[in-house]
Amino acid sequence: MALAVDDTKGLVRTACTIRMDIVEMLNKAGSGHTGGSLSAADIVTALYFHKMRHRPSDPKWFERDRFILCKGHAAPVLYAALARSGYFPVDELKTLRQFGSRLQGHPDSKKLPGVEISTGSLGQGLSVACGLALSAKMDEKRWRVYALLGDGELQEGQVWEAAMAAAHYGLDNLTAIIDNNGLQIDGACSEVMCVDSISDKFASFGWDTISIDGHNMEEIIDALDRAEAHKGRPTAIVARTIKGKGCSLFEGKVEYHGTPPSDKELEVALKEIKENF
Amino acid sequence: MSNKVATREAYGKALLELGRKNPSVVALDADLSGSTKTKVFGKEFPERFFNVGIAEQNLMGIAAGLSLGGKIPFASTFAVFATGRAWEQIRQSICYPGLNVKIVASHAGITVGEDGGSHQSVEDISLMRTIPGMTVIVPADGVETAKAIMAMGEYAGPTYIRVGRAKTELIYDDSYDFRVGKANVLKKGTDATIIACGIMVPEALKAAGELLADGISAGVINMATIKPLDSNAVIDAAKVSGAIVTAEEHSIIGGLGSSVAEIISEFCPVPLVRVGVKDIFGTSGKPDDLMERYGLTAQAIKKAVKEAVAKKPRKV
Repeated sequence: MALAVDDTKGLVRTACTIRMDIVEMLNKAGSGHTGGSLSAADIVTALYFHKMRHRPSDPKWFERDRFILCKGHAAPVLYAALARSGYFPVDELKTLRQFGSRLQGHPDSKKLPGVEISTGSLGQGLSVACGLALSAKMDEKRWRVYALLGDGELQEGQVWEAAMAAAHYGLDNLTAIIDNNGLQIDGACSEVMCVDSISDKFASFGWDTISIDGHNMEEIIDALDRAEAHKGRPTAIVARTIKGKGCSLFEGKVEYHGTPPSDKELEVALKEIKENF
Repeated sequence: MSNKVATREAYGKALLELGRKNPSVVALDADLSGSTKTKVFGKEFPERFFNVGIAEQNLMGIAAGLSLGGKIPFASTFAVFATGRAWEQIRQSICYPGLNVKIVASHAGITVGEDGGSHQSVEDISLMRTIPGMTVIVPADGVETAKAIMAMGEYAGPTYIRVGRAKTELIYDDSYDFRVGKANVLKKGTDATIIACGIMVPEALKAAGELLADGISAGVINMATIKPLDSNAVIDAAKVSGAIVTAEEHSIIGGLGSSVAEIISEFCPVPLVRVGVKDIFGTSGKPDDLMERYGLTAQAIKKAVKEAVAKKPRKV
């Protein structure tokens, strides 16, 4: 059943549902990315169930806002949001990563309605978002573009090519959200390749920046609204998050970047997530 | 009056014409618009032209996004940067989602000339044709370039079109009917068939003319579309003439020669000799001197045809 929620409490509950979907589908799949899907759950919930104008019954509605999951490995959070919005049956989440499924390991726009563009190779989504935002400007369209990036992803040079272009073209219809969970596959970002001062980096490229707690629904919504109100420049929302957020077994643990919950872990995770419901 | 035109010049003019006809057409460049000739379009349609700076990866991503927004983007830079620097962006953000992005890369091959090996792409056809769903077109002259660009207005899907810097001979006039995926048989032959693309097509015609004087009947096919390859034309040529020579301004690895070899070895094995760059990088020099140096001449094709004919099994 499609969820439609507008108040903050309702959104927090929806985020819990999304998290339960994530751990369940990853456990069923037996592979996939737990940590980065859970860290982005509140942001993605705020977008799909509050901020974005979209029509799940008409995925190609031209006036819709566009969301690009630049960090494509967090596909489960996108799939849960799409299913719970009504793009496809929630039951289909069980097919994640299986042969013949529309729910590929990384999002495939040719297979699944609601996925704007296939992603998975890091660093490319923001460029695509720029192109979309440019086309909206050319046609004087109201629709906005949201791009969700990982913090490790910022190590890709192409992100900064896109950041430069977004500011150059004054793409105030583009909001980038950085899921700043501080971890990547091989360890802490600060140890692998430091990406600190993310706000300063974007600011120096000519963006407006907002720093928030990426698990505080009110802060997320406020930031998305402020980003829309900013004119003349794109906005980067740097959302401080906890990788694996929602279950103590996964929180802040780098090994759960690409490990799914076992059956036992799933039990604990569902119990803990429900406690926050 | 010269009958020589650089295919990049023809691209610039055709893009402008297509842009006038179709308001969805947009052009992008990576700081080489004067050289690739997208500047011609940009001058008339500044609001539909995006110079993204020296950032080829972003060039491809922005083109992908514009395509998602309903535009028909033409993204241009030098072939070596378009296909090399941004290969994975083309794969992930353009071909994998199957977007309608046209990549028209100029300064392909060794006729870039003086800029040298760093700028001479001898691998671009190979790099592009290996990506699933990518169409690859190498026009033979200015007329065919213009026809191919105009055809793109109606041809959906990711496409790579290769154009060159140097002025080259015109072999077609305006009555020529270009079709994506269709070989153009310029001359029929019974002893061998030369399958050429790009600027090697006029060389092939020259070679076939001279071979006639030596008593060898060589056919010439312009294989402008490398992918999807007109396999039937290749098989027919192999059956009728019994020997094939390929000619391309590109490495003999992975380009036209390889494409043709794949087909004839599987469906109609006959002697094959590939004319092209022999697994080496280019070097600085004048285009004509380089063509000579790398064996990309009518003389080299003639020699290859004689080799191929000599390899044919003797009739009992």
